[in-house]
Amino acid sequence: MNALEIKDLYKSFKVGFIPKKKEILKGISLSVKKGNIYGYLGPNGAGKTTTIKTILGLIFPDKGEIKIFGRNHLDIKAKKKIGFLPENPYFYDYLTAYEFLNFYMKLSNSHHKNNEKRINELLNLVGLKSHSNLQLRKFSRGMLQRIGIAQALISDPELVILDEPLSGLDPIGRKEIRDVILKLKEEGKTVFFSSHILQDIEMICDRVGIIIDGRIISQGELEDLISEEILYTEITVSGVPEIELKNFGETVASKGEKVLLKIYRKEKIEEIVSFIISKKGKIHSLIPRTYTLEDIFLGAVQRK
Amino acid sequence: MKILTIALNTFKEAIRDRILYLILFVSIFFIVFSRVLSMITVGDELKVIKDVGLASISIFGVFMAIIIGTNLVYKEIDKRTIYTLLSKPIHRYEFLLGKFLGLNITLLVMVVIMSVVFFGLMFLYGSKFESKFLIAILLIFMELAVITAISILFSSFTTPILSSVFTFFLYLIGHFSQNFKFFIAKTKAPIGKLLIRVLYYILPNLEKFNIKTEVVHNLPLSSNFILYSLLYGIFYVLAVLFLSALIFHKRDFI
Repeated sequence: MNALEIKDLYKSFKVGFIPKKKEILKGISLSVKKGNIYGYLGPNGAGKTTTIKTILGLIFPDKGEIKIFGRNHLDIKAKKKIGFLPENPYFYDYLTAYEFLNFYMKLSNSHHKNNEKRINELLNLVGLKSHSNLQLRKFSRGMLQRIGIAQALISDPELVILDEPLSGLDPIGRKEIRDVILKLKEEGKTVFFSSHILQDIEMICDRVGIIIDGRIISQGELEDLISEEILYTEITVSGVPEIELKNFGETVASKGEKVLLKIYRKEKIEEIVSFIISKKGKIHSLIPRTYTLEDIFLGAVQRK
Repeated sequence: MKILTIALNTFKEAIRDRILYLILFVSIFFIVFSRVLSMITVGDELKVIKDVGLASISIFGVFMAIIIGTNLVYKEIDKRTIYTLLSKPIHRYEFLLGKFLGLNITLLVMVVIMSVVFFGLMFLYGSKFESKFLIAILLIFMELAVITAISILFSSFTTPILSSVFTFFLYLIGHFSQNFKFFIAKTKAPIGKLLIRVLYYILPNLEKFNIKTEVVHNLPLSSNFILYSLLYGIFYVLAVLFLSALIFHKRDFI
């Protein structure tokens, strides 16, 4: 059974003073396997948040079907299996971290056993144990994001839906959240998260769906989408004059002694390596660039 | 249970809001100020204290009900806290009922504080405790519950400013709606008659909760009237909440 199954989802909003229909989702179909991390990738305004809100029953689709572990998504039993973190979350800033989690704890389960233990566990998981008595109004952006994730995990959900969980965070914050997501996967949970940043998705996702302008234009396992084929190789060298390197490939940048070259043909790589060694030059790096998600993504956006 | 959780959180939010204390402070000022007014009035000094005191509880209670009622529901939508709330396994009507209950707990605490000051002042100036004042305050509280329900209805589909204005207008109209009977008698066109009659039944009749004059001036009060007023209030609240829940149930949270 799939953790999440969306079939042919349509949604339009009426906008403007004289209401005009604007189609946001134009037939979204996707499926998320149990235990996977699914990356929902798309530029701003493509319909990512609208899809997520529809899954959660915050908005109602014009047409289409959503199943969560085989149940209709509006079913309370289905909702019990979901944890959700909205985009740019704002929380009750008059509550302390502990009160905040306690509030959601009470809303999520009817039998209140070991509440305190679970809350402390979560505060530990997101690294906010020492701030449990601090009001949320004093939290930084990264801390809010982390307490938001703790809130999403409060009922130990099987499917965790995160809307842009990594946006607006510094590199350390991003790493922390990525680690939490990977940890969830280890625990056997399913994670569905949206992002407009490719790196995030490439780094941790098993399966990717790319949405552009309300339609999914590409979907599949990450390995299938990204081929192993080498597009070109980047090589950084020094100790050899730039002019002498021209025959091997295209110069991308040069800084001081160092020159960055892009080499498209395979046989040229061996040639340049032996050439540099013979000239007593130095190779700083040699990186083969494969077909990435970025290429698929940019290609698709350009075609639109 | 979940309704209670939301109610207590709403209560917590309301009492950590400064605006409420400002209104409470002003209301207490007016209740105490009634003593000053009574000194410059000819006649029964105690009556002025009773009159101004009850009126203060009523008016400032209404202000509180409108302000927190229109703000606290809209705020959840505006600040998007409702996204996380409704993603939990709760029904939308549970959210609405929780909000209503929480607002009423808040108002109850506020009314109790104002009443304590009011009774204290009466006691200080030699009046003995009379239970009919409690009944008057109970009816004031019933009116506040009706106003809270109306403000929740409006804030389930419009902005706080508009819903405060709408609620305030309904409050004013609600105190004049008894005059509609007079209009019905005076209107000749049958369609007009019907229209006013419909309005008369839809709009809240808030004068039913006003027994201040009777209480202050020792006029006779029938227990039937009080019972009928309370029942009317309860049914009105239920109807308005039902309507709000219907609107809320179908609403998209964009």
